[in-house]
Amino acid sequence: MGELGKPANIFTALVLVIFALTPIVAPALDESFYVIVFARFMIWGIAAVSLNLIMGYGGLISFGHAVYLGIGAYTVGILAFHGVTSAWIQWPLAIGVSGLVALVFGAISLRTKGVYFIMITLALAQMIYFLSVSAERYGSDDGLSILARSEFGVSFFSLNDKTTMYYTIFVFLLASVFVSWRLVNSRFGTVMRAAKSNDTRVQSIGVGTYRYRLTAFVIAGMMCGIAGLLQANLESFVSPDMMSWHRSGELIFMVVLGGMSTLFGPVTGAFVFLMLSEILAGLTIHWHIIFGPFLVLVVIFARGGIAGLLTRRADRD
Amino acid sequence: MPRHPRLHADHRPPNGLRNAMDYVLLTEQFLNGFQLGIILFLMAAGLTLVFGIMDLVNLAHGSMFMIGAFVGGTIAFVTGSFVLGVVLMVPAMLVIGMVVEVTTLRTLYPRDHLDQVLATFGLILFFNAATRLIWGLEGLVVPLPDYLDGIVSLGFGITYPVYRIVIIVIGLLVAFGLYLLVGKTKIGMLIRAGASNRTMAGALGVNIPKLFSIVFGIGAVLAGLAGLIITPITQAAIGMGEDVLILAFVVIVIGGIGSIRGAFIASIVTGVIDTLGRSFLDVVLLLFLPANAAESAGPAVSSMLIYILMAAILFFRPQGLFPPKGAG
Repeated sequence: MGELGKPANIFTALVLVIFALTPIVAPALDESFYVIVFARFMIWGIAAVSLNLIMGYGGLISFGHAVYLGIGAYTVGILAFHGVTSAWIQWPLAIGVSGLVALVFGAISLRTKGVYFIMITLALAQMIYFLSVSAERYGSDDGLSILARSEFGVSFFSLNDKTTMYYTIFVFLLASVFVSWRLVNSRFGTVMRAAKSNDTRVQSIGVGTYRYRLTAFVIAGMMCGIAGLLQANLESFVSPDMMSWHRSGELIFMVVLGGMSTLFGPVTGAFVFLMLSEILAGLTIHWHIIFGPFLVLVVIFARGGIAGLLTRRADRD
Repeated sequence: MPRHPRLHADHRPPNGLRNAMDYVLLTEQFLNGFQLGIILFLMAAGLTLVFGIMDLVNLAHGSMFMIGAFVGGTIAFVTGSFVLGVVLMVPAMLVIGMVVEVTTLRTLYPRDHLDQVLATFGLILFFNAATRLIWGLEGLVVPLPDYLDGIVSLGFGITYPVYRIVIIVIGLLVAFGLYLLVGKTKIGMLIRAGASNRTMAGALGVNIPKLFSIVFGIGAVLAGLAGLIITPITQAAIGMGEDVLILAFVVIVIGGIGSIRGAFIASIVTGVIDTLGRSFLDVVLLLFLPANAAESAGPAVSSMLIYILMAAILFFRPQGLFPPKGAG
């Protein structure tokens, strides 16, 4: 932080300004469509920030992180389906269930390392995915429509208002970055980063890294659960596709694209990733023919993501 | 994600709940599970070889499954011979696999697993889109020749489709062939040398890049074969390899990454448990749940069964059941 003049930071600021002003500027330009689009981008941003917490700072490559999006969203969806629409019940429960699932999955997968960890997080997420596909009562493959958004029971705050919805998401986005900033710079974060660079050494000085990692895993799961409950409210719809392994792969990509273990990297990464998808998808239905190789090239030539690219360019100048 | 046809046809009779436990159905479902296991093994063998030897996580292995089905299926359609489709698919997949290895994957060997996952994820998107561009959205139906399309009696009142037996036989032959290839031939010796110590094998004059290309080509052929031989049952669809890929991951995690023997045993176990779970779990649940609860919990729990199995195995043996000797 601090070096505000760096190109990466200017870019971050630009993205944040775009996010902040869209509901004001977009209708004026007759492009109200972008309010929903950017709201969606910000939700993915929250999910990416949560993944960065364990992947960027902890070195834990979870290939099933989208599952918590799904769990947060399905908790809201299923409660609404049964007539429970109060946010005071829905939201704590959505966060709690996400955290609980993260606790169980983390306890299992953190016993393993490296590629085993990648595959197990993938497989466990896939398990929940298939569970949602087989849940006929809640729409199976076709998903579940949510008839009423979460209600706060007060007159001045309703998610049915588009601008309120948008800025609620915006605040949660900023909050997620703030929480990860506080965590990373705490003793807790120091242990996480130390364990990432040398797990054995940290353990040998008497710090049990498993507990720390599990805690981080649970926090990340809960944060992603928040993204999920926001998504359910934004789209008024949940479906198994939200937690398919494609989504988990995309989340990893957003984090890497923006720059791992940087605070705002996941936010800009999500923005660039989704913006590019949006633009390419507008060109042709076969847009993955361009997008796929683009991702490959990013991995091969642009390690460190946008932040890395911009920083390197700046250093050269 | 498009909806994929299940890998295993459901043979359950409509009134399955009442007489499901009879031995004819049990045997049939066991064979179906075995056949699913064979398909998983063909996928897992290539995956575990590539991982064990090159330390490469290759998601695009699922694309090889799909491409094998589409390429082989098209050859079968053009020539009018399914057998010719299978035969010509082999050199085609060998070439495609080696091209992918040389152009993209080769640069990924020194990278960490994260980079490998991401780059091969990009490859999947590309291959899915390319397949859709060439063959369209509808997929491809590959009909069986008449002589493979029948049903054969196995005695004791058990009948079984000929073609599924053919799949099982092909799979067992390939497994045996792989065992011979890796254990008894010169190239197998080089593969094992490369797996246990890449640098030393290179220092002793083994052409490591060429060896890797060949191993990758073999893996692509095995995946393509799996995709092609399952196609007459399920038909070829875009993204068809992905569910199988993840199941194959489960298999090699259970079996121990890098172990072909582990992959074989874990494939069969996974295939059988998954299939039997889907057919009989609701009956088992009836023993201690009320009927309507059992009927709704059955499909949910059975779709989770192998993942629970995997979690349980890893809980006690984080390295899988058969970790290969010497591999770190």
